[in-house]
Amino acid sequence: MPGRLSAIASAVLLVAMAVPAHAATIEITMENLEMSPKDASAKVGDTIEWINKDVFAHTATAGNGDFDVNLPAKKSGTLVLKKAGTVDYYCRYHPNMKATLKIEP
Amino acid sequence: MFVRWSAAIAAAILLSSPALLQGARAADKPTDPQIAHIAYTAGVIDINAAKQAQKKARNKDVKAFAEDMLRDHEAVNKQALALVKKLNVTPEDNDTSKALSKQASDKLAELDKLDGAAFDKAYVANEVAYHKAVNGALETQLIPSAGNAELKSLLQTGLKIFQGHQQHAEHVAAELK
Repeated sequence: MPGRLSAIASAVLLVAMAVPAHAATIEITMENLEMSPKDASAKVGDTIEWINKDVFAHTATAGNGDFDVNLPAKKSGTLVLKKAGTVDYYCRYHPNMKATLKIEP
Repeated sequence: MFVRWSAAIAAAILLSSPALLQGARAADKPTDPQIAHIAYTAGVIDINAAKQAQKKARNKDVKAFAEDMLRDHEAVNKQALALVKKLNVTPEDNDTSKALSKQASDKLAELDKLDGAAFDKAYVANEVAYHKAVNGALETQLIPSAGNAELKSLLQTGLKIFQGHQQHAEHVAAELK
């Protein structure tokens, strides 16, 4: 049994190494003026999709100027991550809406 | 009793002094139909201020801010109307709403005499003060007094929106200096 298990483990490991990780889409909801999750993690190449469930327009605006995504009421918007780093972002219309995006290389 | 409460809340909103509200007694609590009327009126006041600013403002950030106010307050009031309809509540006019409207029309007249940068500055300064006062009234009086859970929840969302507006107005005001 342990032999078979480790064989499976090695096979999984080999496959994991051989196939490049697929870019993921990470969903962040904006509802009732809150981002959820408030702290999200992603990798360079991943896509962030902000889903605005409010009847109010919002934005996802990076404090460092890296991005500024408009999110009209009840609409979503996407962004492909190009640069690693931890970015604090907010809504320009409601600056009390704040969240953080941790982008790994 | 209601007259005394109304006078207190109106004074508090007008003078931006929420401390006055704390003197209001539990027996003076506004009813849901009155709360709905006050909240709606407060929205209409900011919509009218925004419409004036769209005509008179010169600075592009001030113009954009006015547009944001118009869009958000119309959205909130649309939700408020849908809610009172659903709950079968008829908003009830009251002394607070009347005092707010009177003060707002005086402010519109005052701002109407200003032009250019002077208007921009005065409009944004009033937006900061107005949202601060309304937020104080929401927090200390209107939200705690609301009986219906959906009305309370709408007021709570309103508070978050208006706190955002206050911060936004403060940023714009700081840029104008």
